[in-house]
This record gives sequence, structure tokens and C-alpha cells, in this order.
Amino acid sequence: MTAPASRTPEGGYIGAPIPRREDARLLTGRGTFVDDLAMPGVAHAAMVRSPHAHARVRRIEAAAALALPGVLAVVTVADIADIQKPWPARMPSPVPGTTVRHGVRHTLPRDKVRHAGEVVAAVVAESRALAEDACELVSVEYDVLPVVASPAAALAPGAPLVYEELGDNVAAHIVQRVGSPERAFAAADHTLRETFRVMRGGSHSMEGRGVVARYDEALDAFTVWDATQAPHAIRAMLAYLFDLPEHRVRVIAPPDVGGGLGPKASFYPEEALVCWLARTLRRPVKWIEDRHEHFVSAAQEREQIHTVEIAFTREGTLLALRDVFTHDIGMYGALVAPVITACTVPGPYRIPNIHSELHAVYTNLQPTGAVRGAGRPQGVLVMERMMDRMAETLGLDPAEVRARNLIPADAFPYPVGLWFRDGAPLTYDSGNYPELLRRALERADYAQARREQATLRAQGRHRGIGVAICVEGVGLGPFEGAILRLDGRGHVIVTSGAPPQGQGYQTAFAQIAADAVGVRFEDVDVVTGDTGAIPYGVGSFASRVTATAGPAILQAGGVLREKILAVGAHLLEAAPADLEIVDGAVRVRGLPDRGVPLAQVARLGNAGVAFGMVMPGGLQVGLEASAYFTPSQAGYSASAHVCILDVDADTGEVAIVRYVVGHDCGNVINPLLVEGQILGGVAHGLSNALYEEAFYDEHGQSLASSFLDYPLPSAREMPRVEMFHLTTPSPINPLGVKGAGEAGTLPVTAAVAGAVEDALRPFGVRVNRMPLSPGRISDLIHGTTRPS
Amino acid sequence: MTDTRAISLAVNGEPRRATVDVRTTLVDLLREQFRLTGTHVGCEHGVCGACTVLVDGEPVRGCLLLAVQADGRRVETVEGLTEDPAHLNALQAQFVRHHGVQCGFCTGGILMSLTAALRDNPRPTEVEIRETLAGHLCRCTGYQGMVDAVLALVAAGPAR
Repeated sequence: MTAPASRTPEGGYIGAPIPRREDARLLTGRGTFVDDLAMPGVAHAAMVRSPHAHARVRRIEAAAALALPGVLAVVTVADIADIQKPWPARMPSPVPGTTVRHGVRHTLPRDKVRHAGEVVAAVVAESRALAEDACELVSVEYDVLPVVASPAAALAPGAPLVYEELGDNVAAHIVQRVGSPERAFAAADHTLRETFRVMRGGSHSMEGRGVVARYDEALDAFTVWDATQAPHAIRAMLAYLFDLPEHRVRVIAPPDVGGGLGPKASFYPEEALVCWLARTLRRPVKWIEDRHEHFVSAAQEREQIHTVEIAFTREGTLLALRDVFTHDIGMYGALVAPVITACTVPGPYRIPNIHSELHAVYTNLQPTGAVRGAGRPQGVLVMERMMDRMAETLGLDPAEVRARNLIPADAFPYPVGLWFRDGAPLTYDSGNYPELLRRALERADYAQARREQATLRAQGRHRGIGVAICVEGVGLGPFEGAILRLDGRGHVIVTSGAPPQGQGYQTAFAQIAADAVGVRFEDVDVVTGDTGAIPYGVGSFASRVTATAGPAILQAGGVLREKILAVGAHLLEAAPADLEIVDGAVRVRGLPDRGVPLAQVARLGNAGVAFGMVMPGGLQVGLEASAYFTPSQAGYSASAHVCILDVDADTGEVAIVRYVVGHDCGNVINPLLVEGQILGGVAHGLSNALYEEAFYDEHGQSLASSFLDYPLPSAREMPRVEMFHLTTPSPINPLGVKGAGEAGTLPVTAAVAGAVEDALRPFGVRVNRMPLSPGRISDLIHGTTRPS
Repeated sequence: MTDTRAISLAVNGEPRRATVDVRTTLVDLLREQFRLTGTHVGCEHGVCGACTVLVDGEPVRGCLLLAVQADGRRVETVEGLTEDPAHLNALQAQFVRHHGVQCGFCTGGILMSLTAALRDNPRPTEVEIRETLAGHLCRCTGYQGMVDAVLALVAAGPAR
């Protein structure tokens, strides 16, 4: 990897498919994940978790555990009074005039547990195995309470209460309206009404959560290595709970985090407990989430039930949409996902009249947050299923019905009329949906595929074609920052707050910085995810970092360049305007012999001539610049997917024949990385469409808490994905970028649902519930052909 | 409460000795005592494949084999694939070229399975590559970059 990084034909790095600089260490086993950190003297924590979904904790008896040699401490709610503060509300409602009713949570439950898997005590021992042995010896007495194990149960009259103080289980009821939906429904040629259900799922990053904390008594300060997506938010929570100024809590996402996909953006009790234990024991304490714990305690998402209606003309023009849905928030969560769902439903279509109504409810299931896609895949499913049904009603091709309703390319900025999750109006910044759909159909040889389908159907084979198109709010604020400086080696050091979990920031940020400052890619180093290195940051979620940190790097890089040239001008006795930066040196343009290495510029610019001597020539010291980019609103990426598949009517198995992805995320910093993000997203989407489902029984017990009952697709199940890009640059940031981290997941469930229903049209099958496991497809086939 | 045993084994060609609790898994021995942290633990129930190492040349789940079962045997881990991290082997180099790695947590085990498979069958088809990879879970890549990396390696011929 010693060859210089490739550049675009224009000579820059932005837009070039530069292989990742992260890869070599990961491919040689030399990455540093949180559990890989060498930490002398570390003690190991394990958690005692409630086996009940809803129960009062009567007594915790730890003597037998403490008597086990090698056990250092058992911590219960009685011990941690100093940090048992109510957790602050995560997020207000982004929709004006509406509120969220927050169930107040504490690090350890004060009176009752609210989900099976909630931590009730922590054990620390000399090894993880010993700590787990000791967990078995902690005896907890519970008074088991009636359980709310589904959204329907949460809303039933007389339902048990997850939070007594709220009086019911409703976390939020948010209605958004555009136009006059009632009038439109009353006057329409056609209306359709359906109910769709999407089940819970998890992130299942291959690395679970994990945290190591060290407490420095002399400084009264914590250093916390945390496999988190949002170190600054973790710092804020720890500083609040421990009553410390933020500068005495340093949270570092290790250089390598093994996937995040949403849940690692939340704060969890284990993070507070590990810090408390490190301070109490005066030893570093580590806790690594195992897979079972991930199944029962990491945030999940997705469960929603939508009752949706559309009104349309006999020509197939949409007139109105009414979507009333229930979102299962679990025992704790935020409105992130469901508000995004509400705003994703209208998608790329002109819909003049909208009634969107969200009921978010608490249940005794584990907390929710965002999982790659964050409410968007559900919204796409709902709208695209209705477009398929509208096509069926009118006897039109599903692609044609979509094309007739797309927002035209000249209609941007396009206000939908709703409020997005970022608290700004849902206004699409740019796009070209007709072209995106046209090219996706062309790439998939759509007309030919329809002819083949007819031939196969005549032979009794069940080929289906699904089309789905969507718009995705990305690049959410409020900000991300960057500090750029020139170090003594003449390297540009880029520091930014949000940490990567595989996205390749070290590569992409270096591309942006190299172009902004005008240095070589190889002369840029990137530091991320360390609250000790940059004071403010938000985090990696909502497909946001390139569109927030990227412009900040660009802006700070421009300022740093000016500063470098000012010092260079002094050294070269030339005007800054006559200078250029080439091959690690500042040179006079046209005079390659007259130059100074950047290292020499850095020496003068950062340290002066010598101790005690004034700066020459009125120069300012400090070759550094910082910028925080604050987007005015989200950007809006778009995707069009075509899925061609065969269903085996005997087994219910699905075989994907072709999968085409068209994607528009504005300008692309590194096509290799964007494609990687899309491919991973499609895999996650296919998993949601066909495989994974978090089942619970009526007692709130997880029935799928291993990879044996919760299947994820392997390379054998994944089809080869064909991909193309369309580029409509975003006008809301100077790079013209949007976001791609979650895009792949969005239309997949919709495209697969459409294709399966299409394949099984001879059976009259209705696909209204996801995922479509072979068993469920078989049930659908037999439910319609042989009612039992 | 636990019984210990002294074992000796070869790890990446070097003789190593250790005293382990009999319940210690091979991956914990490698990671905790030998500090070979390139092999990761993803599920502890033998499904995800992140902990895959070679024992006497064959891929095994490091989370399902006890360290004492590796006594007297030859263990290879991802750290042993190349002498010098600055010089990747041909498979690793193709992973870079085809973006076969994202978070990298599962990568070590995947490289070990592929190394064994390519030794036995240097010219696998795409279906065979996918069969080999099917012993592993990756949540980042959708596997396509890995498949393409191996296909490119095969296309490059035996000169590797």
C-alpha cells in the first residue's frame, strides 16, 4: 500500500475510489477494539439481569457471591445512591405543539424491573468467568407483575402500567396533517385500506457493546474506552451522573469499533456502573457485552402496526394518504424512529393531503432506539405496498403507477408539509426520482423480466418482481466539528468527534482534508471519537457524518491553508497569492526551486523562532483551525430497488434472481466506501425482509436469543447486488453530499414484499406482515388455498 | 473451584506453554494469555465464525474448542498470515482492493477459513467461495467485497 493514493481526473482526492487506510491493521489482526485494549490490573464485570419482564425487586442477597474467591464486589441499587439520578429526557418531540411523555429511568431500577434482561446488580471479579460464576450466586427475590408484551397489550383497557406515574402506556400521540384528507377521501374515485405489521429486530453488530473505565484519583477524572457511536453524549451523561465537569470525563471510542448500526448511540446502565466500580475499586473495570446480552439488553427497533389508507383517481393519481400507526418503544426509548417513519411514508410521491398519526407506546420489552434504517424501512414498506395495491386495483403496472406520482425533477426544494425528526420542515433538498426509477428499471431489464415472468408462470413457476423507491432523510444536525492542524512533521492532523464503526472515516476525512488544505492524502492523519481531542461532537448515526463533519473539515481546511501560506510567504519572502502547496512543501508558483517543507513552516508557525523571541513579520502563532458545520436541515437521499425472485411454493423458500439498486446520495467522497455502505445496508434489509425476527411470548420473554433461532443471512443467502449511482448534489452543504450509511436497508423489505406477493399472485396471497420466513410464506400460500 | 492443566502448543509456528483452567476456551487462551487479539469473539455459540483459527491446518471455532484440546497441536491465527503488516499477503491485498472489510471485527476468522479453503481448492467458483464464507456472519459488507476479493485472487492465478 505504498503507492500514492489515486486522484480524480481533476487532480483532487474527493470522489476518488481510494482503498481504505484502515484495512491493513484489520487484515493482520492488529486492530484495537475495546476488548483488545491492554489494561494492566483490569477487573471484569458481569451483570445480574432480571429474568422477569415486569417485577418488583424485593431483596438482593449477595453474600454467597462475595464469598467466592476472586470476587471483588457486588453492586446493587443500594450502593450507588450517589449516581442514581433520573436520566434526562433523550429528545423532545420534533413536531411543534406535541410532547413526549418520558418514562423516567435510572441506572439501576429503584423499585421494579421493566424488561427481561434489565440489570439489577453488577459483579466484579478477577476474571469474567469468575464474575459470571458469582452472578449465579446472587439471589434476587421478585414479586412478578402482569406484563405488557405487545403494543396491543399496552393500549388495552386496564393494561398494566410500565410507568405508573404516566397513568397509561402512551409515550406520544403525534398527529401531522397536510391539506384536507377527509375531503379528498370523500371525493376520490378509489380508496384502499390495509394493515401492515413489521416485527422487532436488532442491530447485531458483530462486536457487542463494551466499555472499560479507569479512574485517576489524583485528577478525580475518568478515562472511558467505550465501543460507542456517540462519545460526547456518553461524556455528558457520565458528567451529569457523577457530578463532574465534562473535562474530567474523557470518553474515547477505540480506534476500531466492531459495527454500531444504531444501538451503540444510546447510553446504557453498564456504562455508568463500570465507571462507578472503577472509582470504587481504584482499578480499571471492563465489561464486554456477550451475544446473549445483546439479544436481551441492547436497543432494538422496528415493531410497528400501520393502518393505512390511500385515495386516488381512476388514472392512478394519488390524492390522499392516511396512516395511523402504533410504535413499540419498549420500556425506554426516544421518538427517533417513529417520527422518521411518519416522514418517510410519503416518499417520492406528490401527495397533496396527508393525515399521519403516531401512537408510541411503552411495553415491558427491552429498550428501543435506532437500528440501521431507523424507522425508514417501515415507512417505505407501508407506502410501497399501497402503490402495489393501487396498481393491482387499476390493472396497471406497479412501476407505471409509481412513475405517474413521482415528484418531478424541477420541483425542488419540495416541501412535503410534515415536520421531520430534526425539528425542521420535511423539505426535500434535491433529487431526480423519475430518472432514478427509469434507470433502475432499465438496469433490471424490467420489460424483459415481465415477459420472462409470464413465460415462467405459464410453466407453473412463481417468479415475482418487486419495485420500491424511497426518499431518506440524512445528514441530520445539529452539527459536527473538525479541528485541523499542521504538526511538526508537516502532517495535517484532522480531529473530529463522531467515531467510525467501519465506515472508513480515516480514509474519507483524509480525502476531504487533503483537498481543502491542498496537501497529499498521505500527509493527513485522522483522529476521531475522543472527547479529549475535540470539545464537542454529536456522533455517528442518521447517515449524518459525511454531511456534517465533511463540510466542517472543508471549512477548517481552507482556514488552515491560509495560515500555512501566510507563514510560507514570510519564509519565502513572497506574497501568499503566489504560493502553492506541492509534495509536502510550500513553493512559489512557477519556481519549483523556491520552496520550504511543510515541517519547516510548522516549526515557525507553531513554535516561533526560539524561546522568548518575538514572532517575526507580525505572524500569528498556531497553525490550526476549527469549524463546526451546522446544517439548516436534513438532506434527502433517494433509492430505487428492483428485486426479481422465485418462490418455491412447496417449501416457502425465496431465491433472489436479480437485485438492482439505484442510489442518489449527492456528491460522493469515495465511491468504494459508498458502495460498501449500500451493500451492507441491502444485506441488513434482506435480513429484515426474509429472516430475522425478535419473538417474545406473552410474558415478555425473548424466544429468539441466539443466532440459532434468530438467523442472519450468510454469503450463501445474499444475492449479488447490481448498483448504479445518480448524483443530485445537495444544496445545503458546500460538499453537496448527503448520506449513505443506512440507505441500502430502506426499500428492501418493500421490494421483497412486492416481489413475493407478485410471485404468488396465482394464490391470491396478501403480504401484510414482515419478515417473510419460509414458514410464513408457506402459511400464506396454504392460508389462501386451503383455509384451515 | 476450577481445575488447571499445563499445555504446550505451537502458535503461528512458535512453541508456547500455558497453564489454563480446563474450562478456558482456545480463543480466550489466545486473546488473554498470548495477547493475540486479532481473533474475536462474536457469539460464543459457534455460529458467527469470528473466532475461527486453524488447528493442525483445519478451521475450528475458537469459542467451541477448549484450550486443553489444543495441547500438542498446531494453531494458526490471523496474526500469522503475514510476517510484516506492511506487506499484506495476496488474499489480504485483494480484500483491500475490493473493500472486503468494514468494521473488521469478523475479518480475522474469515481470512482463516478462506486460507484453509484456498489451500485445499485454489480455484474455487463463486458458489464455492460463498459456501466457505457461509460459516461466518458479517453485518457490514453484505459479503460481496469478500467474494470479489477471492474471485480476483483466483483470476490472478497461481503466481501468488
